[in-house]
Amino acid sequence: MHEIVHPETMAIIETKARDAAATDELALVQAAKRGDVAAFEQLVKRYDRNIFRIAQHITQNREDAEDVVQDAFLKAYENLEQFQGNSKFYTWLVRIAVNESLMKLRRRRSDRTVSLDEDIQTEEDTMPREVADWSPNPEQLYKQGELKDILRKTVQGLPASFRTVFVLRDVEGLSTEETAEALDLSIPAVKSRLLRARLQLRERLNKYFRKPKGGDGKK
Amino acid sequence: MTCTDFLKELTDYLDATIDASTQAELEDHLAWCHNCYVICNTTKKTIEIYRDSQLYELPEDLRTKLEVAILSKCTAKKKRSTT
Repeated sequence: MHEIVHPETMAIIETKARDAAATDELALVQAAKRGDVAAFEQLVKRYDRNIFRIAQHITQNREDAEDVVQDAFLKAYENLEQFQGNSKFYTWLVRIAVNESLMKLRRRRSDRTVSLDEDIQTEEDTMPREVADWSPNPEQLYKQGELKDILRKTVQGLPASFRTVFVLRDVEGLSTEETAEALDLSIPAVKSRLLRARLQLRERLNKYFRKPKGGDGKK
Repeated sequence: MTCTDFLKELTDYLDATIDASTQAELEDHLAWCHNCYVICNTTKKTIEIYRDSQLYELPEDLRTKLEVAILSKCTAKKKRSTT
């Protein structure tokens, strides 16, 4: 028989679990600062998947993403002394990984202006041009591989500064404050880029997911 | 509330980081504006699809390779700094 846990009790349990994880993380960072490579290994294992996802989203290149994972962790290890513990270790690590990813992106492009500071105005900015309702469960219209190709192609089309905010907030689940800290942006700048990223993705996905006129939405 | 006002608040609305009175205004707007209703729902769906899509997962063999490379460099660095 399942025991029903009151939402307030659940919130307390979750807060305690988060606090315990933060304490544990800080202990690992302190040990790594003292030269304990095994402690640093725990941090690598905890976050390497996240860093790979972030790097691949930003660079859109598998080899670059692999390099970013290695370079970001190595840089973090070499600069642990500079980590003061005012922010979460993960946020600090993300900041390093984003910078490494943007450097890779700049090297691959002749356009060297890739930056998070740019506040790009694009043709398809905040005002949606097409308002079409989508089929129910649009992700089921396509096979898994096909859907992933559509999503990759669509997110690749966003400017790097929008893509980066989108991946941190909506894919990795960082808070607006953590995203602002990791990207050295103001909170209004994060919110503005996030809104535009979300609306542009929505607009671009319309052509794949829109409900056919007079149809039931099934392919 | 106009549609432009609605769009300005959409991110906070979807993230549930909005005060109660603005939320009530937005929901009032959604009740009669079909376009904003559709934009709100499809934007929410966009976020959900990306969040659940696992577009770039790190394969286990590559993960092991990267971990070995990172830790061997860290160990080498530690040796250099202690000698």
